[in-house]
Amino acid sequence: MRLRRLGQFGFNAYCALAFFFLVAPILVIIPLSFNAEPYFTFTQGMLRFDADAYSLRWYETLAEDGQWLNALVNSLIIGTAATALATLLGTLAALGLASPAMPGRALIMSILISPMITPVIIIAVGMFFFYSSIGLAQSHLGLILAHTALGAPFVVITVTATLAGFDPTLMRAAASLGAGPVRSFLRVQLPLISPGVFSGGLFAFAASFDEVVVVLFMGGIEQRTIPRQMWAGIREQISPTLLAVAVFLIVFSVLTLLLVEWLRRRSSSAALAKSIS
Amino acid sequence: MPHARLVSLALVLPLFAFVGVTFVAPLASLLSKSAYETRIHDVIPETMDVLAAWDGQDLPPEAAFAAIAKELPSARANRTLLRLSGAANRLQSGMRSLITRTAQRVPRTEFAGTWRETLAEIDEDWADVQTWIIIESAAAKFTLRHYLQALDLEAQPDGSIKARPQQERVYMPLLWRTLLVSLSVTLLCFLIGYPIAMLIADAPPRRRNLLLLLVLIPFWTSLLVRTTAWIVLLQRQGVINDFLVTLGFLRDDTRLEMIYNMTGTFVAMTHVLLPFMVLPLYSVMRSIPQNQLRASASLGATPIQGFVRVYFPQTLPGIGAGALLVFILAIGYYITPALVGGSSGQLIANMIAYHVQTSLNWGLAAALSSILLVAVIVLYLLFNRLVGIDRMRLG
Repeated sequence: MRLRRLGQFGFNAYCALAFFFLVAPILVIIPLSFNAEPYFTFTQGMLRFDADAYSLRWYETLAEDGQWLNALVNSLIIGTAATALATLLGTLAALGLASPAMPGRALIMSILISPMITPVIIIAVGMFFFYSSIGLAQSHLGLILAHTALGAPFVVITVTATLAGFDPTLMRAAASLGAGPVRSFLRVQLPLISPGVFSGGLFAFAASFDEVVVVLFMGGIEQRTIPRQMWAGIREQISPTLLAVAVFLIVFSVLTLLLVEWLRRRSSSAALAKSIS
Repeated sequence: MPHARLVSLALVLPLFAFVGVTFVAPLASLLSKSAYETRIHDVIPETMDVLAAWDGQDLPPEAAFAAIAKELPSARANRTLLRLSGAANRLQSGMRSLITRTAQRVPRTEFAGTWRETLAEIDEDWADVQTWIIIESAAAKFTLRHYLQALDLEAQPDGSIKARPQQERVYMPLLWRTLLVSLSVTLLCFLIGYPIAMLIADAPPRRRNLLLLLVLIPFWTSLLVRTTAWIVLLQRQGVINDFLVTLGFLRDDTRLEMIYNMTGTFVAMTHVLLPFMVLPLYSVMRSIPQNQLRASASLGATPIQGFVRVYFPQTLPGIGAGALLVFILAIGYYITPALVGGSSGQLIANMIAYHVQTSLNWGLAAALSSILLVAVIVLYLLFNRLVGIDRMRLG
């Protein structure tokens, strides 16, 4: 029994270390972004919780720096447009794939999903050559198309998963009550699968918002996004301003995560309601 | 065709066509570059036409000399000469200066009899059959030499193919290193990820959600943020080194070199890819009824026996899914090695980027990409076989 408790203790301690490894690096950034000195480490003053050792100077630098604001605008333009396009195309494709009449389902699915598992360096290099040859490199449009292709698989997967819990008899019921196919889709099916559509869209947006390799190869000065600007910051003149940006991005990702979890719960409770009725 | 089938095809078609144009076409054109390229051929098209009928035994006919004497200076004028001279120089050093010099001097040289004599006067290498063999092979439209180079092989003068001498091999060692790093990172992710996935799956609901958040937060956090975090922690004047110095484990001059080398690549890659191992493992473990272990205990099994004989075999699909996912992502990794790998922690993806951006040897970059892509496709098919892509869960 004693051995067993020792084993249990060892297991828990090991897991605690593993969780520490996962989360600590991200948490460490937050206090360091308030460092009054241009260092990437805790100063003596910070460890004594001296108020003077903390400051908002890196956030002020960030606010005054037009480059970062510009990057944010670019990220939002490209991310929003790519998400809208990916969500539209991805949802339609998932609806088609869910139909039992769909021929060659597995093959088509693998082709549609392939941008997700192809090494992104190959995608970036291929797109760089191809889009340059048709004059779309170094343009917002080129990056929007590229990010749409990268984001659409997420939408296809999440909407397909949600559709698996959708009861097709509801559509027949709507039809028997006189609704046409478009109307019954818009009024019955879409509201029920909307959590899946939204979370697929969020995945697509997050993928675009964090994408740097394609931007690195295809984007010009005019298309610098936030990750591209961070890449330049890490490579060229690493400054604590980066940590302030990182804190914003952490907050953003925690919010996205909570939203996705909330949507997931909504869609699973919808599935639950269906299985009860 | 039945109506339902037509509707479903019409729904899938827009994305299918979109992915075809924006994704598959760029990939196909990249792959074709690895063996077929007209960029260099088009620098000296007339010369290549003459050389097409040439047997490669004796010097080519006068027409070839006349054509190249006309095309080299005009290529120099419209700045395409470097494509040819660069490619030829990669086959044999010295070719770049031969071609550049010839392109400069032809217009300034008095016409002395035949073009063959004129060129031989500029450089006697033009009277060497070997020079012409290199020109022809550098400008050929279809070539396997990028693949040979990517596999560290070289064609011998007699046409046979041999491995390069040990010390000249570049790409195969890098490919092996990439495989080895990917395998080690996968193993590390498994060793760290398996216990925590077990812990989360066994926890009571409220604590389970909390622990799951600890995995999901890094999963959702920007890759660049996580890489920055590791730079902050691992660098010479970073948090970990400072901590160890303050505690007296290290002196100021014995600070550990943990970043801009292989260690940095390892640590950061494991951190970034760990959630991809934990999440599939967790979803498989959730579906294993907990009372099975109790049942095995009531039949007299020790906890270790119960784990080995009952629990572990049922988690194999999750291990397969997680390991393949991590491995596929690791093998093509670019960002983290580029930022924290220094010169010793670079992987195959970084070499591809180097040949696209710096050395401008696009054919070789394309050949390396094709080899990497084939490796990933094989793994993907395996993954699909074992797990099924449509059963993949996100987040």
